[in-house]
Amino acid sequence: MAVTRETPRVRRIRLRPPDWPGHVAGQHVDVRLTAPDGYTAQRSYSIASPPSQPEVELIVERLDDGEVSPYLTDELRAGDLLEVRGPIGGYFVWPEHSGTAVQLVAGGSGVVPFVAMLAHHRTSGSSVPVRLLYSARTDADVIAREELRPRPGSAVVLTFTRDAPADWTGPRGRIDRELLVRHSAPPEQSPAILICGSTPFVEAVTREFVAIGHAAERIKTERYGGMGDTS
Amino acid sequence: MNASDSTDTGRLDGNVLGGPLAELFAADLTVATVACAHCGDHAPMAAFQVYADAPALVVRCPGCAGVVMRCASDQRGVRFEMTGVRLLTVTSSDDQA
Amino acid sequence: MSHVSRGFSGRRRDAPAGRLPPGQYDVGDGFPVLSAGPVPYTEPDEWDFTVQGQVDEVRRWSWQEFKQLPREPVTVDIHCVTSWSKFATRWEGVSVETLLAEVETAGDYVLAFSDGGYTTNLPLDDVVDGKAWVVDTYDGSPLEPEHGGPARLLVPHLYFWKSAKWVRGLVLNLVDEPGFWENFGYHNYGDPWKEQRYAGD
Repeated sequence: MAVTRETPRVRRIRLRPPDWPGHVAGQHVDVRLTAPDGYTAQRSYSIASPPSQPEVELIVERLDDGEVSPYLTDELRAGDLLEVRGPIGGYFVWPEHSGTAVQLVAGGSGVVPFVAMLAHHRTSGSSVPVRLLYSARTDADVIAREELRPRPGSAVVLTFTRDAPADWTGPRGRIDRELLVRHSAPPEQSPAILICGSTPFVEAVTREFVAIGHAAERIKTERYGGMGDTS
Repeated sequence: MNASDSTDTGRLDGNVLGGPLAELFAADLTVATVACAHCGDHAPMAAFQVYADAPALVVRCPGCAGVVMRCASDQRGVRFEMTGVRLLTVTSSDDQA
Repeated sequence: MSHVSRGFSGRRRDAPAGRLPPGQYDVGDGFPVLSAGPVPYTEPDEWDFTVQGQVDEVRRWSWQEFKQLPREPVTVDIHCVTSWSKFATRWEGVSVETLLAEVETAGDYVLAFSDGGYTTNLPLDDVVDGKAWVVDTYDGSPLEPEHGGPARLLVPHLYFWKSAKWVRGLVLNLVDEPGFWENFGYHNYGDPWKEQRYAGD
């Protein structure tokens, strides 16, 4: 196992689980920690690596009052064993047979499953037009910068909710209706929409998409614990 | 689909049930359509509200907030009840759209 | 138990001997909020407390009437089944003894019910004789909704799931009726000193 620092609060963990069956972009693993007295704590983490990569990568953000994330971001070292169960989930996954555009919307660390999806989109040579709208607090909080670089066929729009870089000409502030209208696929394209982040973020963005005219059935959501990128 | 506009920031959704339910069921139930026994609304299990910090996972209907399922998994084993589910449907198609 | 995660100890902490029931840890300044559902928000003019079921006559108090009842401060240790304990928590409210003072009942059991649908059951003997209160004040301030306000039950000698948040009344029963957690495999009585967490313990 290898661990690297992604941002001050975020760490990337690379694992080689034995007998790993492979996964679908968007799936997660359950990580379980066991203390010497038998006490256990468990949380779910999205897989950040695409299916084509043999090693499984997790990108974990430290929640200050979390039970599991501080261990993963601060304590875990190369060479440690980590108990994981997975891959899990068939709902919040890359829509392999989508006939239409795909619109991804991420709040903070909610971008992790989309890192896997965009990498999969690239390595599988998919021709489905995909867009990611990604909300981060500041430039220092942006995760997976390499994987999110612009490519033909996939568009990534970043917005900063707290501090944008000095020379930033892109969007600023929270993802609201105006930002969605300007930077997301419109209802006429009937995009498959996937939204991931904290519960308040996911529910606010869902409401806005419905208000803009997207069908609720085209929207899938995955909620993370913590406040996410809401401030 | 807004049973509560409250700031339930700790609330998750049915995506997290995938792991615990895999201890009991071979099929992935998070993609199953669940009909709520309280209000009759139906939605994929992944879209249900999950309160994960109680002594057990408590799953509630996104329409009426009624409890549809509870799941606890620990060293002793698994406890699971779904008295709030009127019907659970798993389609054989693998088209998720 | 096969695998132990190196360097992981959970939130455990030691506490003075004799004060902590088996399997518990002292949560210190924290006060975890564990919810099985959305937080109900009930305004005083919507709130009432009733005693009903196997009683001679249903009793009902509005918020104003409840506030007029004799009340007392209560300082107790509390123990949650998820293993955190908190020492010397300070509350204020009305003893259940006072609420049941003039009630005639043949029932031996109580089912407490709350806004949001939560229920929990107790023997009648365990809520009288200074063992239980309906409290509306915590640490000198009105009880916040996420901690069970406007009022919650307080039964400190049992695991804290018996101290129903958002309580709205008691049903007196001839037959014991398990509540929300009791019919999901948790112990029917819940004595932390006997570590009665699960049914069969």
